[in-house]
Amino acid sequence: MAGLGWDFIWKGFLQTMEMVIISTVFAYLIGLPLGVILSVTKKGNLCENRLVYNILAVIVNISRSIPFLIFLVVLIPFTRLIVGTSIGTEATIVPLTMGAIPIVARMVEASLEEVGHGIVEAALAMGADKWQVITQFILPEAVPSLIQGAAINFVTILGYSAMAGFIGGGGLGNIAYQHGYIRYKTDVLFITVAILVVIVWVGQELGLKIAKKSRH
Amino acid sequence: MADKADIIYKLDHVTKVYEGTPRVVALDDISITINRGDIYGIIGMSGAGKSTLVRTLNRLEEVTDGTVFFEGKNLKELRGAELRKARQSAGMIFQGFNLLNQKTVEKNIEVALKIAGVPKGKRAEIIGRMLKIVGLEEKRNAYPSQLSGGQKQRVAIARALATDPKVILCDEATSALDPGITSEILELLKKINKELNVTIIMITHEMSVVEAICDRVAVIDGGKLAEEGAVRDIFVNPKSDAARRLVYPEHTGLGLFDGQGRKCVRLVFNGVEAKEPIIAKLASSKGIEVSILSANTKSVGGIGFGQMIIALPEDEEKGHIATEYFKELGVFGEEVEAWQD
Repeated sequence: MAGLGWDFIWKGFLQTMEMVIISTVFAYLIGLPLGVILSVTKKGNLCENRLVYNILAVIVNISRSIPFLIFLVVLIPFTRLIVGTSIGTEATIVPLTMGAIPIVARMVEASLEEVGHGIVEAALAMGADKWQVITQFILPEAVPSLIQGAAINFVTILGYSAMAGFIGGGGLGNIAYQHGYIRYKTDVLFITVAILVVIVWVGQELGLKIAKKSRH
Repeated sequence: MADKADIIYKLDHVTKVYEGTPRVVALDDISITINRGDIYGIIGMSGAGKSTLVRTLNRLEEVTDGTVFFEGKNLKELRGAELRKARQSAGMIFQGFNLLNQKTVEKNIEVALKIAGVPKGKRAEIIGRMLKIVGLEEKRNAYPSQLSGGQKQRVAIARALATDPKVILCDEATSALDPGITSEILELLKKINKELNVTIIMITHEMSVVEAICDRVAVIDGGKLAEEGAVRDIFVNPKSDAARRLVYPEHTGLGLFDGQGRKCVRLVFNGVEAKEPIIAKLASSKGIEVSILSANTKSVGGIGFGQMIIALPEDEEKGHIATEYFKELGVFGEEVEAWQD
């Protein structure tokens, strides 16, 4: 395959999975609580708080509106500060995570909104405090929807990781661009894209399947 | 009777206003007293404010003015943990059941016990006991989606009952259920009231629910207390327009009648008397004929209820004899004017 072995592609695959999985995990570590705060501080909800909601909503909306490619470039100094370099797999995790946080937050918010107000009312009537309402009622009820959202977010982050490949990130996106597109190696381009398609497909199906299984 | 310990809830000039445009007065100066051990109905048309009223009883709604006393304690003064403790003594069930759909029946009940601080080791036994009371022992591991509406409400009742509450608040608890299931749930609530001595407060828009199980009833209309008293008294002799609208619901045909100038009376009778051919007997034994303008009988919880509007003969003496005859039989309700909705 024009000088590029399968082990090279395999390495790219592993790098992509590493970036995407770690970024998804980090994005949820921050985005999940953020989404919960967005949801509960919304008007008419459990911990209604206009100030907190508006501030978070503005930050999330602005960061979500910035095209990811711009995000990648703008964050280069920040990435250097944290990882020490702005090139390579580890360095890509930083902008991927940062770009995914607002998306995750909104997705989590939407999932929690699906839980009816009646559940919250029943919980309060039982004498639950706000923390218990969130952890014992709202979140468990939202689990199937959260899993479905996570599958969608995983695919979005995968797409971003391929984009990151353009500006020095590792993984399949980088191989597709550097080796496939720029050097006119159509077979490399085709194979990497095919692998990305398979990852998206498997990730999406798996997520939906787990979500469906968990929904009662 | 008026011993303080007998009173579970006392509402003193309770008012609730939603500021905004338009400003809504949901509850307007409501004062009622609810005795321990009663099944107390709060009835009104939709939008009358009854759902707001029941939520002031566990402070899911804050009152704007006035005071709600629960077992002598001013609910407004309870803070944090005290309020949550008080809420645990008042279980609540809803029209939409509000069960956790992602958890089994068992887990749904367990979460209430967990919140009430019941140690893990004691929970299984309580859950079993509750499921036995509501008759759902075999559904312990089922999910709500696998249950019928009536079964879901039974789970909700078991959940409300698990923490050993003093009172159960029912917010239109049977409104989403069909009539047969409704009477089963009402029977269950009655059983709980009698056997466990739990006070039950029923919010409803259906007079049949009140007739079936309530001891006393408050009629709420436009946020105001229209009338309050023993169910039988209000059923036989409703004084307010709101109560009359509920007692003669439109769809029974009792809402509209025209006596064509004659005096009309409403007869009210229970199951036993409903079987008697009262009108025929009046004609055969006294020779007095009356016209039936409207009639309705129904069976609620196995007990027949009936009402009839009849026009008396124009002859005053005959009318008097007929009235006395009805009074003697204990079915005389009241004299009514030609009444239209």
